[in-house]
Amino acid sequence: MNDLTDKIIAGDIRAIARGISLAESGQPEAVELLKDLYPHTGRAYLIGITGPPGGGKSTLVDKLIKIYREQKKKVGVLAVDPTSPFSGGAILGDRVRMQKHATDEGVYIRSMGSRGHLGGLALATSDAAKILDAAGYDIVIFETVGIGQSEVEVAGRVDTTVLVTVPGLGDDVQVLKAGTMEIADIFAINKADREGTERCVIELEQLLSVKEMDENTFLPPIIQTIAKDNQGTAELTGAIEKHRDYLNSGGRLAEKRKKRIQDEVHTIITNQLDKWAALRLTHDMETRENLDDIYSKKTDPYTVAGDIIKELQI
Amino acid sequence: MPNKIRILIAKPGLDGHDRGAKYIARALRDAGFEVIYTGLRQTPEAIAAAAVQEDVQWVGLSCLSGAHNSLFPRVVQLLKEKNAPDIKVFGGGVIPADDIPGLKAAGIKEIFTPGTSSQQVVDYINQN
Repeated sequence: MNDLTDKIIAGDIRAIARGISLAESGQPEAVELLKDLYPHTGRAYLIGITGPPGGGKSTLVDKLIKIYREQKKKVGVLAVDPTSPFSGGAILGDRVRMQKHATDEGVYIRSMGSRGHLGGLALATSDAAKILDAAGYDIVIFETVGIGQSEVEVAGRVDTTVLVTVPGLGDDVQVLKAGTMEIADIFAINKADREGTERCVIELEQLLSVKEMDENTFLPPIIQTIAKDNQGTAELTGAIEKHRDYLNSGGRLAEKRKKRIQDEVHTIITNQLDKWAALRLTHDMETRENLDDIYSKKTDPYTVAGDIIKELQI
Repeated sequence: MPNKIRILIAKPGLDGHDRGAKYIARALRDAGFEVIYTGLRQTPEAIAAAAVQEDVQWVGLSCLSGAHNSLFPRVVQLLKEKNAPDIKVFGGGVIPADDIPGLKAAGIKEIFTPGTSSQQVVDYINQN
């Protein structure tokens, strides 16, 4: 394992790829690897690109890679596509739009299946980002699955969240709704050569005009892009840079990342408790009897659960 | 969760016929594999680099242009150079029977010619 850690830190592509597969597998060795790598993380800037299916996320990411490469930055991309709930298989096709960067040694692109995880990312996406961070990538881009109204997970995992939308998705009530519209640090209206772009801009502006603000609020800019023609993409990276500057002033980035650490520790605890509870309920004979007693109304679910939790001495 | 089988499906060379590649990608998806689809007109260099980044166990190449004798062995060779000789390569497309022994000698594990059912490909992957 130490060998793998050293190779990842040295930027060995094969080792990075193996490390990410290990993280995806959820095997105990993955935890050891991530522990070893953790002191080497924290330098990469994490960008989330999210939005509806077919909105042009992958094409935009392709253009962002190009711009960051011109700035001599190393770029990692984690592109998530949905896993079939029926077969467990997946077609991971985001790479098609970015494949021209495949032979650039400063770019690492990894396609990930969501594998049953529902928040827009894969369970292991953040761990994969840590591996790329430790390997020396300056920018790590998370591309979510095509999302609907409620997949907001990415915002809690990255430093800057870009919501990619397209004209003509709905009226002004849609943009007022809670959920994904609230998580954007930056709005990108892609396919801005299409009819309805102006209306889309006005509706977003109206949404932002009713946002409660003080001098500390970052007003999300609305950037019009035509990703396929590489239009508006420099403005988009400029807006990302501005948001980064905003976070860097007044300790906001540290605050945001500390909140992320809290969420992460919380997730690790709940995942382990979840596994423990599942095992406890399926493998302990006495508990099985208690469950039968609930059915025959001799006791109730709250008492049984309370007794089990007492074992944890919390 | 054990390591899931990941397969890169790629079309090297210049022909624009990707129906076969998409058909097999879908069949592999339905068999529970993670299929990374890279699209048309890929160079062997881009295919090998993507295969290493994606940590796949298999690369499936589809070629209908007649250039398989140079393109397929080149991918095998590049994977070796990238310290990834364990990534296995299979091929499909319009490939004359006479060419198959040469391709296998060059390290391509199997060649599927027109008429092969998708189930045969799935079974082959599962058995190897």
